Amino acid sequence: MSIITIERKVLEKNEAIAAANRKKFKERNIFTMNLVSSPGSGKTSLVERTIAKSKSKIKIAVIEGDVQTDLDAKRVEAFNVPVVQIITSGACHLEANLVRDAFEKFSDNDTELLIIENVGNLVCPATYDLGEDIKVVIASTTEGDDKPLKYPAMFRNSSALIINKIDLLPYVNCSIEQLKRNALAINPSLKIFQTSCTTDEGIDKWIEWLESIVKSR
Amino acid sequence: MHELSMANEIIEIVNQYVADDKKHLVKNIKVKVGRFSNILPDSLSFCFDAIIQSTSYTNVKLKIEEVALEIICDQCKSKNNIEPYSFTCPACGSAQIKLVSGSELTVEEIELEEEE
Ligand SMILES: Nc1nc2c(ncn2[C@@H]2O[C@H](COP(=O)(O)OP(=O)(O)O)[C@@H](O)[C@H]2O)c(=O)[nH]1
Ligand SMILES: [Mg+2]
Ligand SMILES: [Zn+2]
Repeated sequence: MSIITIERKVLEKNEAIAAANRKKFKERNIFTMNLVSSPGSGKTSLVERTIAKSKSKIKIAVIEGDVQTDLDAKRVEAFNVPVVQIITSGACHLEANLVRDAFEKFSDNDTELLIIENVGNLVCPATYDLGEDIKVVIASTTEGDDKPLKYPAMFRNSSALIINKIDLLPYVNCSIEQLKRNALAINPSLKIFQTSCTTDEGIDKWIEWLESIVKSR
Repeated sequence: MHELSMANEIIEIVNQYVADDKKHLVKNIKVKVGRFSNILPDSLSFCFDAIIQSTSYTNVKLKIEEVALEIICDQCKSKNNIEPYSFTCPACGSAQIKLVSGSELTVEEIELEEEE
């Protein structure tokens, strides 16, 4: 038997591209947010509400990740902001090279905030750095309060948690207090917001925080 | 599942160390998978075995070494292994902790048989 020592990271290729993305975003003075959640938690809805409220104050561009369709990009396009759709053809997460290629397609160079809507999945996107400044994870009240315990990597690696669909609290089996406790047990520094994209409750607090971190970038 | 792309990456990395006519000599590929790497060892093995079929690695086994999630506490300085769903120090209960190990995902080494 002969042995060859390798000692290399399996993800080294993605990590190198993510680092290059991060450098490029920094040079262009763009703040980037990687938005993750299960399918249907409200990622696109939050992007829509955020654009509607912040568009006049911050230049926003959006990269939409989807397994199959460009439906979300069409929804966002209606708000008149630059959008590029990535279709992963089945892959369950975005990778740094896809974001690099998508970013090349934007023609404007005055973007201040780049929002990347990841593929709906709480597992795989946690593993792939895209070069973003922060990850924001959405958990909606209809998913119950144990998501942070089941998907700790995602909650540990995120800077903010948005508890969405609070308008549905009277109808669902979800304790906001328990959900917060579970999330903070995994990541004590998580910034937590409670929102409804249907009634706009709580959206202003989220926007205020987002605008302040974009401004201080 | 991303274990499939991981299996592909592992093979691509190993390809850089082994010439085509030596691939059948590779016996073992040793990888380290942290308990907090977001990779399920069983699923990785399954994907690896599936894609290896269409390569020249005819004798290879994937050996997975699982690495515990170890933390060091900022408060009481003790080191402990924890489960990924509770990020608090088991000794003093503090949440101010740092990861020592458990997020790794690396190709460590390969073992080749000698040629006849
Ligand atoms: N009741 C309620 N429904 C919501 C809320 N946010 C999103 N939805 C609905 O949930 C569904 C999925 O939302 P979407 O934004 O497409 O989720 P995504 O898959 O994470 O992008 C849509 O029918 C939305 O209208 C909310 O705060 N309250
Ligand atoms: Mg969507
Ligand atoms: Zn301690």
